[in-house]
Amino acid sequence: MSQSHRLAQGGVVDRSQPLNFSFDGRHLSGFAGDTLASALVANGVKLVGRSFKYHRPRGILTAGSEEPNALVELRTGARKEANTRVTVTELYDGLDANSQNRWPSLKHDVLAVNQLASPIFVAGFYYKTFMWPAKFWEALYEPMIRRAAGLGDTAKQADPDHYEKAWAHCDVLVAGAGPAGISAALAAGRAGARVILAEEDFAVGGRLLSDGEEINGKASSEWLESAMAEIASLDNVRVMTRTAVFGAFDGGTYGLIERVNDHVPVPPAHQPRHRLWHVVAKRCVIAMGAIERPVVFGNNDRPGVMMASAVRTYMGRFGATPGRRIAVFTNNNDGWKTVDAAERAGVKISAVIDSREDLPPEALARGKNGGFSVLNGSVTSVDGGRDGVTKVQVALNGGATAQIDADCLAVSGGWNPAVGLTCNHRGKPQWRDDIAAFVPGGCPAGMTVAGAADGEFSLSECLSGGHKLGSDAAKAAGHSGKPGRAAKADAETYSQTPLWHVSGKGKAFVDQQHDVTASDVKLANREGFQSVEHLKRYTTLGMATDQGKTSNISGLAIMAEVSGRSIPETGTTMYRPPYVPVSIGALAGHHRDEEFHAVRLTPSHHWAETQGAVFVDTGLWKRAQWYPKAGEKTWLESVNREVLTVRNGVGFCDVTTLGKIDVMGSDAGVFLDRVYINTFSKLAVGKARYGLMLREDGIVMDDGTTSRLAEDHYFMTTTTAKAGPVMQHLEYCRQVLWPKLDVQLTSASEQWAQFSIAGPKTREVLGDILDPSEDISNEGFPFMGAREVKLRGADITCRLFRISFSGELAFEISVPCAYGNAMAANLMRAGEPYGIVPYGTEALGVMRIEKGHAAGNELNGMTTAGDLGLGKMMAKKKDYIGRVMAGREEMVSPDRMVMVGIKPVNKLDKLYAGGHVIPKGAKPGADTDQGYVTSACFSPMLDQFLGLGMVARGRDRIGEIMSVCDPLRGKTYDCEICNPVFYDPDGGRQRA
Amino acid sequence: MRINCPYCGERDASEFTYLGDASPVRPDAIPHDPPLDNDSAEAMALRAKFHDYVYLRDNIAGFMKENWYHGGGCRTWLTVERSTLTHEIRSVEAAPGVGASVKSSAKRGRG
Amino acid sequence: MHPKYSVFSLVKNAFSGHKNWQRTWRDAKPKDHYDVVIIGGGGHGLATAYFLAKEFGITNVAVLEKGWIGSGNAGRNTTIIRSNYMLPGNTGFYELSMKLWETMERDLNYNTMVSQRGIINLIHSDPQRDAIARRGNAMRINGIDAELLDGVQVRRMLPFLNYDNARFPIQGGLVQRRGGTARHDAVVWGYAHAASEMGVDIIQNCEVTGFRRDKGRVVGVETSRGTIGAGKVGMAVAGNSSQVAAMADLRLPIESHVLQAFVTEAIKPLLPNVITFGAGHFYVSQSDKGSLVFGGDIDGYNTYAQRGNMPVIEDVCEGGMAIMPMIGRIRLLRSWGGIMDMSMDGTPIIDKSPVDGLYINAGWCYGGFKATPGSGLVFAHLIAKDEYHHEASRFRLDRFERGAMIDEKGQGAQPNLH
Repeated sequence: MSQSHRLAQGGVVDRSQPLNFSFDGRHLSGFAGDTLASALVANGVKLVGRSFKYHRPRGILTAGSEEPNALVELRTGARKEANTRVTVTELYDGLDANSQNRWPSLKHDVLAVNQLASPIFVAGFYYKTFMWPAKFWEALYEPMIRRAAGLGDTAKQADPDHYEKAWAHCDVLVAGAGPAGISAALAAGRAGARVILAEEDFAVGGRLLSDGEEINGKASSEWLESAMAEIASLDNVRVMTRTAVFGAFDGGTYGLIERVNDHVPVPPAHQPRHRLWHVVAKRCVIAMGAIERPVVFGNNDRPGVMMASAVRTYMGRFGATPGRRIAVFTNNNDGWKTVDAAERAGVKISAVIDSREDLPPEALARGKNGGFSVLNGSVTSVDGGRDGVTKVQVALNGGATAQIDADCLAVSGGWNPAVGLTCNHRGKPQWRDDIAAFVPGGCPAGMTVAGAADGEFSLSECLSGGHKLGSDAAKAAGHSGKPGRAAKADAETYSQTPLWHVSGKGKAFVDQQHDVTASDVKLANREGFQSVEHLKRYTTLGMATDQGKTSNISGLAIMAEVSGRSIPETGTTMYRPPYVPVSIGALAGHHRDEEFHAVRLTPSHHWAETQGAVFVDTGLWKRAQWYPKAGEKTWLESVNREVLTVRNGVGFCDVTTLGKIDVMGSDAGVFLDRVYINTFSKLAVGKARYGLMLREDGIVMDDGTTSRLAEDHYFMTTTTAKAGPVMQHLEYCRQVLWPKLDVQLTSASEQWAQFSIAGPKTREVLGDILDPSEDISNEGFPFMGAREVKLRGADITCRLFRISFSGELAFEISVPCAYGNAMAANLMRAGEPYGIVPYGTEALGVMRIEKGHAAGNELNGMTTAGDLGLGKMMAKKKDYIGRVMAGREEMVSPDRMVMVGIKPVNKLDKLYAGGHVIPKGAKPGADTDQGYVTSACFSPMLDQFLGLGMVARGRDRIGEIMSVCDPLRGKTYDCEICNPVFYDPDGGRQRA
Repeated sequence: MRINCPYCGERDASEFTYLGDASPVRPDAIPHDPPLDNDSAEAMALRAKFHDYVYLRDNIAGFMKENWYHGGGCRTWLTVERSTLTHEIRSVEAAPGVGASVKSSAKRGRG
Repeated sequence: MHPKYSVFSLVKNAFSGHKNWQRTWRDAKPKDHYDVVIIGGGGHGLATAYFLAKEFGITNVAVLEKGWIGSGNAGRNTTIIRSNYMLPGNTGFYELSMKLWETMERDLNYNTMVSQRGIINLIHSDPQRDAIARRGNAMRINGIDAELLDGVQVRRMLPFLNYDNARFPIQGGLVQRRGGTARHDAVVWGYAHAASEMGVDIIQNCEVTGFRRDKGRVVGVETSRGTIGAGKVGMAVAGNSSQVAAMADLRLPIESHVLQAFVTEAIKPLLPNVITFGAGHFYVSQSDKGSLVFGGDIDGYNTYAQRGNMPVIEDVCEGGMAIMPMIGRIRLLRSWGGIMDMSMDGTPIIDKSPVDGLYINAGWCYGGFKATPGSGLVFAHLIAKDEYHHEASRFRLDRFERGAMIDEKGQGAQPNLH
């Protein structure tokens, strides 16, 4: 077929550039500048899709993003996308589209039998049945419904395309590049404002592309060309086509979706498919036009029934005709523009059916001159099946009936302003009786509405309104340049008589995609679903992919009619973002797969890689988890070796991920006293102390070691997980709670690379690393000492702390971050004679469990200092965050779960975290659940699994045999409750 | 939402962390010497004050002063007067203790 | 009496063109006095009225709704039902609720499409597995189904997730097979239908503007449709809890926050279960109509505006693309914002208020939907008997004074972190 319905001339398609495409396997062709819809129209394709519930045959209804029916699966394989509206799909060579929601084919769809059951499948029928038997819903009914529903099929593979996000700032954002939007952008641009003009379509001009009107006494296309040329000459105006404004957010932030490469088969290399824009605009002019509304009558969903404005768009803009004998059905004078368009295109009009009682006499005269009949009445139904309309049945206003031969029925029920974005901040649209439509109510701050979107439908109002609001917006944004003159068009008056629903033979659809009929609206009314929201939810009206753009107002009007209320009494429809559907890919941008979140590498990461370290995610950090050696078969072998080497020799570990904060000022000690439960103001210079901080509700927030490096300088460390939150908390304390304290905070987490060197041979290694003048003997650098030191042969000041998490003789050394990688290598070199090993987070974890140190699993936001066995640290003579609330009755109750050690009685039993602790022999249940295992590991020192846990009255139960109940892993085993310090309980090793 | 940070200028709210209502004031809680018995009436009264401070909120529908932290910028705690009905922001001020304190300015000669 | 809903009544009505269906619930006019007035015609309020009538024989009950029933969070959620809670007080209560979901449709004679398709919480790290094992074991010990899966088992169950190049690789999951979804609006209509059948008056467009007090005791409410006397008044108004409580001079440990949720265009079946991403803010299921229904974190600031902002929309979609990168081409179709009554420990409050005659059901955070039937039953129990239901004895208002918080997330008195 070679474009049977392409007109001999006209339109803005490029006839010199033919494009081949396929629809359901049929090879067709169109032209550059076509949409898939216009190309299908040009090829005489009428049947394009099937509806949601009844699988009724459907054609193309509109020419814009409001299309409810003509949805296809576009592309194949990993790029297959469902529910693509043919009306907004730019044709490209090789485009591959398939109809959807049908089986086995579009013409012969088995589920069209649903139509036979349609007397039962009324709105909400499923709420009244499928309740018995109980198990049948998941097993039978639901899978059946899910398969039948669901529209198109989508790719099952990862989306191969890229998406990106961008920000832009401007004075005036203009949404929509029709006559109003272009006028607004031009006026604001001339006045000197920075303007972004965004247009959803790939071509600017809006109605000017199809309606053939005149501006400034010349063809509107001439004005369009000169206006766009002037805009192009203004550096301060940016035009963004293929870009829809989809949401108005707070503070003048707008969401825009740019379809950068949907018009090519595959995006070029390094190019995104879509781009999400955040535009921050001082002012916004909405010029998004209006959406023509249907009239609901019998079989109004038949292929060939089309919106009147869409018919003239296909003729005027694309040079294609949806029919050869077109009937026009209208309740307003704008519908007659389709007659003009058909006459210009040389397409036969078979009749015009105008429902207005006060039909102007010149209308009747036009029929006589044009050779078609003009009927004063309404269409009650159309005849014809999946191949399209054949006849139009008309009820004349006098009571008689008529029948018209036609293969296309162009319908205009009037216009609804596109108020979508204006209600994004919950401003209610207002009803205007004269146009029988809702116009914008309270707009978001900074937003104004021009032209048809504001209910001013004539071209002259669009031009003047756009110009005025554009210049007003520029002025409001601080630009006082001259906006120039507005373009002019002939004045015309829009006149309509509301007509929503005409009774007739056949189903009359309100929401075509979801198969919601006028009877369904009536049923909803009968059953009490009279609120607009109830109506939508009960019937699913307006919930389809077109977001109710062609159905909401009609549904509301019919509900008003049957419930005996006015339309404004019945309600309004509010719109939330997005105004047009937006791909999830665009909203995610590059943040997917491995780039979902940033990666933080420790200073010695690259060195650790050379050592073959296995890394683990700790928040955003990658940390070395263990360092496997040749011959080691399991991770446990490696970890055991690392632990044993540290305990018997020496090892080191990168602990840079801990938060580090410099606390300085004359009140630094007082400040720390208020945020820690223990006292730091009396800590001697050169000393470190373990500190515990609470939240104000008395629960432990974090712990760490803080050292006093000078009279007015402390250096705090936090846990890895709480580095950020603790900094925020301390700044709050400093800036908000105690503004008068002389204290300053600096986050030093990124400044210092920190290593723990642990084991009996630590001094030997450090002795090699440090300047020979540094005394690190037990006397010269006692346990919990802290001071700055110099490295051997390098003029680098480091900080050295004699603190131990492993329980061994240990130091932590901080070097400037840039030296971290070198320091790791240096430690390895210096330690070689002593058999040093690097150790990872697993060995670190094993050693801390052996030592009974609480960590993240115990500091879980539910435990008190007392629970962790640290109650004695709570100072009595000072106030600190959390002190008062920690005294509440339930928080000091002797029945609380407290931290204990847990050791399987049978040395071969494996212990896992997450098991619950119950009395030995008790039946597991809510009443016997007395605690749980927080952390567990295999201890190479004790040669068995060990754990820490929280157990009710645990400290009184040391020595008691209880059961750990782990039904998830199918295990219960006896364990001894013990002191949490399993290894070197008197701490002699770390003081050595 | 956009917050006009007095130091950094107008920034998207995603740079800030929200704490909440700025009106609760931390009660004065200087410990007694010797310490109060935990079950004493005085201790209970102090806990009641803290309970209100920590847990109870007016949860205003309208303009409210709130604490926001510019963690993605200058690390200033801000007092933002914002409507919980419209999200309109009426004023933004830095917390009283931002920057160096008076004492340190005097001593170190910087502000 | 209403004829029973069934396939037979559907067919019978089809013959008469569905002209004989009656209202799903009676359109009641307010009477002067009720034994119990429930403020809030959402799922919780209507369920409370239903159980007052059904379990406790109290039928002289009105449910007052300022808009249309179900216009609050009952109609703005992601429809997930589950009972995978860990802490004493929560575990038993949510399981009570789950059991009521399992018989709801037969109980109400209304198909609420309870779909026990299973819910899986993904695990991405060792500490997360430790915490989830604690949770799963708590469930099992309380007689609730839970299974711990390793990475291989998850891959077998959900082969379409991202296993090859994920930032936070999937290491396992906790499955509750009895969890799933239900049709949220139908729950509202079902309870309204069944309660109305038993004599409960459901009064829409009736906004409570104040309380009538007599010697301190609440004896009725002032409304936009006049004064209504009440023996007892229960409030179940979610995001408006603080505002209603303030009319009785109460301050609550609650903040109102917005939770956005999202729906895509309908597509053919893709996701069989409810899936929760453990390393970001994203949970998703597919509705029977075919839409992906998903959500994430709250916006994080106090608001009553029922709308949110882009950062959270993007954050949620990023979470989605992190674990299921095949959804990139699916289009987000609608979003909405519900106002959450975020409590100070993430756990609800179901208690008598300090004001005589006024009962509080609030603080559901974003977990209210799954609790609907359980909440209705235990609140009705409290109102009817002035005693806590045994599965709801810890949801007390004074728990913050006593230090008995029920804080599943361990975030403390910071509502936007729960």
